[in-house]
Amino acid sequence: MEPLMALAIGILYATAIFMMLRRSIVKLVIGLLLLSNAANLLIFTTAGMTRGAPPLIPEGMLQPVGDVADPLPQAVVLTAIVIAFGVLAFAVVLIRRAYEVVKADDLDKMKDTDT
Amino acid sequence: MRPEVALPVLLPLLSGAVSLLFWRSRPMQRFVAVAGNIALLVASLWLFVATLSEGYITMQMGSWPAPFGITLIADMLSAVMILMTGIIGLAMGIYSLATTGRGHEKFGYYPLMHLLLAGVAGAFLTGDIFNLYVWFEVMLVASFALLILGGERAQMEGAIKYVTLNLLASVIFLTAVGLLYGTVGTLNMADIALRIEVAEHDGMVEVLAVMFMVAFGIKAAAFPLFFWLPASYHTPPVAVSALFAGLLTKVGVYALFRVFTLIFDQSMGYLQDIMLWGAVLTMVTGVLGAAAQYEFRRILSFHIVSQIGYMILGLALYTPLAIAGGVFAIMHNIVVKTNLFLISGITHRLQGTYQLKKMGGLYKERPWLAVAFFISAFSLAGVPPLSGFFAKFVIVRAGIEAEAYVVTGIALAVGLMTLYSMVKIWNEVFWKALPEENHVPVSSTPGGDDGRLIKPSLWMMYLPVAVLALFSLLIGIFAEPIMFVMNMIGDQLFEPDGYIEAVLGVSASAEEALLETGELHVEADTIGGEETP
Repeated sequence: MEPLMALAIGILYATAIFMMLRRSIVKLVIGLLLLSNAANLLIFTTAGMTRGAPPLIPEGMLQPVGDVADPLPQAVVLTAIVIAFGVLAFAVVLIRRAYEVVKADDLDKMKDTDT
Repeated sequence: MRPEVALPVLLPLLSGAVSLLFWRSRPMQRFVAVAGNIALLVASLWLFVATLSEGYITMQMGSWPAPFGITLIADMLSAVMILMTGIIGLAMGIYSLATTGRGHEKFGYYPLMHLLLAGVAGAFLTGDIFNLYVWFEVMLVASFALLILGGERAQMEGAIKYVTLNLLASVIFLTAVGLLYGTVGTLNMADIALRIEVAEHDGMVEVLAVMFMVAFGIKAAAFPLFFWLPASYHTPPVAVSALFAGLLTKVGVYALFRVFTLIFDQSMGYLQDIMLWGAVLTMVTGVLGAAAQYEFRRILSFHIVSQIGYMILGLALYTPLAIAGGVFAIMHNIVVKTNLFLISGITHRLQGTYQLKKMGGLYKERPWLAVAFFISAFSLAGVPPLSGFFAKFVIVRAGIEAEAYVVTGIALAVGLMTLYSMVKIWNEVFWKALPEENHVPVSSTPGGDDGRLIKPSLWMMYLPVAVLALFSLLIGIFAEPIMFVMNMIGDQLFEPDGYIEAVLGVSASAEEALLETGELHVEADTIGGEETP
């Protein structure tokens, strides 16, 4: 499972960076979206994948029995997803507003602040 | 239970929430802005005094024992940074009253300001690397919204660059956190510091170090990753510019200081060379970029980049004295840089432009403003006896002691170039006569940033400027007690055992011995049920 995940994550990162290098700001935001998804998957995978073993402590015991999934990276991923969602919502509004002002979906036309 | 560690985070969050409750009441929001920031300043003073006497103050959130829960920890570095946040927060609270147009206030300027301060304070105080990421995001989201308040074309263009590069840095940071957890199996920074020394994959540790360097390098605006800063910092309302200039990039620098003293202290090697030359190139490109500019805030933006170089240089030299100098530079720069932006706001109010060519004659009309600018600008350039001199002096001395003569020479030359830029502003804005075509009678243009009329209340703009200029002077005159604090920071960062002990509650060497034999956290397992990685 891990090699497959690693491959998928690699492809996601590559696609994201390719999208971010385009001139279109819409594609730029799609790139950002893919990038944060890739990072989330990566955290999920590096912590080790355990199948069908929720980290629950059986009644009357003080610790779980046998190998269980690590709950911490899942909490981390959950937080990261929520943050990425909020930030991307902002980015989508931003590109819309930027499009209204600049009237072009083209980063090369956004050089006013560089001169 | 140590409330003083949590208060600097909770208070701005609380003021932000209260401010949101009074969404429609402008006077109430303005009142909360000042009152909340006074409370923050008091809390940060409390934390500073407490940390000064005890060295480290920790608080485990939810009373979970150290490596499992989130730790808040204040060492001297955090305490000084929090104190600066408090001072700048209050200065901005007052200054904003006079400069923020009604249009901006209506769209949540004050709640966002509080949220930004909460994010900054959280990043300074947390002892958990993922929590650091979360605070970075809190800070970023607030800064995004502040940056585009008003929605002008330049703001949108600047914001796209700012948002993209900062999000990219965040993702790199998050990726590094994920890989770090995969390598050492913990997120608590003190615990990471112990475990990374016995980690099996040396190559992985180096990759992680580079990833953290790149991520924080972007956020700190270090060479060659600084392009978002001069493209965006001159676009928002001036109070926002000043707040960003004073605090935001310094959070990136703080994170560099924290991570590269605590976690990656042993594995520096060639990374140290990269950081050293990165710092040198940051100084040089920043100051050269500024030399070509004729817009007040753009010159200052490029100088932020240049000054970041000095701070990172202090870290890269990696001696206790150099680190002390680097932190001195951070502290001095927060005061001075904010003040220069505030002054640019006043001159904009008086003459209606940021273009140096169109300004002039202010020395004659506002001599005290000229004095405040003089103090801040020459302090930035490092002229004795102002604050910048001592920051530079300590770094240069550490550089000579470390026998890095070329680097030290460049640092001194950059100081001269800084002086050139500051003299340029002085000549154009204060010294020369006002150009004929721009003969605006003084104080007949009491417009806010959005052009709407607001009451001319210049004293609210002068007060923070005067106080910050005084601070810069006092830091220079009373450099000795400040240097005492800085040396304490240098020692604490150089020998992170105290930090680790304060967080984990056991002495670092004992813990390390346990780690090597693989017996650590056996008792913790029976309590919490966390796997030993």
